[in-house]
Amino acid sequence: MKQAFLRLAPAAIIIAATTPAFAQGSKIDAADTAWMIGATGLVLMMTIPGLALFYAGMVRKKNVLATMAQSLAATFLISIVWAVIGYTLAFTGEGAFIGTLDRIFLNGVTLDAVSPLAKTIPESLFMIYQMTFAIITVALVAGAVADRLRFAAFLLFCVFWLLLVYVPVAHWVWGGGFLGTYGLIDFAGGTVVHLNAGVAGLVAAYVLGARRGYGSDNLAPYDLTLAVIGTGLLWVGWFGFNGGSALGANSRAAMAIVSTHLAASAGAFTWMALEWWTRGKPSVLGMVSGAIAGLGTITPASGFVLPMQGLLIGIIAGAICFWACTWLKRKIGYDDSLDVFGVHGIGGFTGTLLAGVFAVGALSASPETPGGIPGLLEGNPHQVVAQLYGIAVTLVWSGAVTFVILKVISALVPLRVKQEDEVMGLDVSQHGEAIQ
Amino acid sequence: MKLVIAVIKPFKLDEVRDALTRIGIHGMTVSEVKGYGRQKGHTEIYRGAEYAVNFLPKLRLEVAVASEQLDQVMEQLQAAARTGQIGDGKIFVTPIEQAVRIRTGETDVDAL
Repeated sequence: MKQAFLRLAPAAIIIAATTPAFAQGSKIDAADTAWMIGATGLVLMMTIPGLALFYAGMVRKKNVLATMAQSLAATFLISIVWAVIGYTLAFTGEGAFIGTLDRIFLNGVTLDAVSPLAKTIPESLFMIYQMTFAIITVALVAGAVADRLRFAAFLLFCVFWLLLVYVPVAHWVWGGGFLGTYGLIDFAGGTVVHLNAGVAGLVAAYVLGARRGYGSDNLAPYDLTLAVIGTGLLWVGWFGFNGGSALGANSRAAMAIVSTHLAASAGAFTWMALEWWTRGKPSVLGMVSGAIAGLGTITPASGFVLPMQGLLIGIIAGAICFWACTWLKRKIGYDDSLDVFGVHGIGGFTGTLLAGVFAVGALSASPETPGGIPGLLEGNPHQVVAQLYGIAVTLVWSGAVTFVILKVISALVPLRVKQEDEVMGLDVSQHGEAIQ
Repeated sequence: MKLVIAVIKPFKLDEVRDALTRIGIHGMTVSEVKGYGRQKGHTEIYRGAEYAVNFLPKLRLEVAVASEQLDQVMEQLQAAARTGQIGDGKIFVTPIEQAVRIRTGETDVDAL
């Protein structure tokens, strides 16, 4: 009703401000707003420069700029599409499958508009906070096909994938769609972000085929110092990613940050220890990979579990993602260049499942549900079923639709660069620049 | 005149330079090179992907000397560059037909 009112008087911000706009008892809270503005900045920082550096450090010198260009382009392109139509389709209305067009071109996102999904912060802030999640999810996918994806194809992929994969899944889980209604818990994006990007990455790696020289040539990273700096920025940014998903400045946000930090630490330690034990040396790439595995895995559970459970989830994440990247990957034989599936896909799967096991009801208690949402260990086996349902739906939708999108794009522009351009490097062939 | 070409471990450069300066050698050319001999290479592992690195970084020195100084240079160079571990490198000697100092036009031994 409030939205309808604002649509009828789009220019009348002053009128709206003097009218009882908070029909559902919503009130913008200064502390919540301040924290969420900060959290939005932190999450944007995860993609630029965090992910740009993390990814660029792991490719060869001739592809460093092209890899950074993908994070950069995802940032500006997704931002525009999100504001124009992505946000409204993901986060308005009560449709089981997709949102409405109420907020197309941000129509109605006025000074005092508030989303029913985040009742204490301005809707403009909720919109841009969610925008930063969409950006990083699309940017993550690109890592699986680094070193060979044509830039023009990537730009098309950004738009198609955002609207046909990210937006629906975000709506199903967070925007009032059928997965959230069914009872799936996903605090900050185990299904929406990590499993979604990981599966899409795996499919893209299959469709494009392996890098030239995979398995025979030396494809060693150009500069792992960039990857370490990128990991630091991602790690800190994750406080905004998981802590901000509480959508307010409160104890739940603080608890999510503590669990997140401990999971990252435990993941890094576990991966390092396993690598030292099985390969003889504790590599720097192993430590940063373990940290990212811990961070990705705790994402859906943060806000639902206590710190020590976060630590345990981090240990499990470090072990299972190490296994996925070193053994499973070789066994199946795909060339996911930067292990988007092995780290984010497997991590998102594991974390979403473990959220259903370890959830502590007290953390999600609210006036409407005083007992919160307990997990298996608190005697609620149904939560594990809900988690598996969410995982299965995300896996199938992301996998199938990503495949179709790539086939459609390949009819418009070749997905992969020419062989000689791949040898020369994407920096020169795609962007006409090079690192000297 | 002889051209002495030595491939040595990079961290030995200063010792070699000092030793040759002491016996009156006042010039050399150094380049960073990669190669392998008996030392072979090493293995690098990135998230389980193993790459054999066959070419190791070395320094290549070129020193032009008068023929009568050759034995002394060889002796000093070998002593300074030696660690006793595999991978210390090699020294090659070839004759020089001509030498010219570009600035002055001096030739042969005077140009060294």
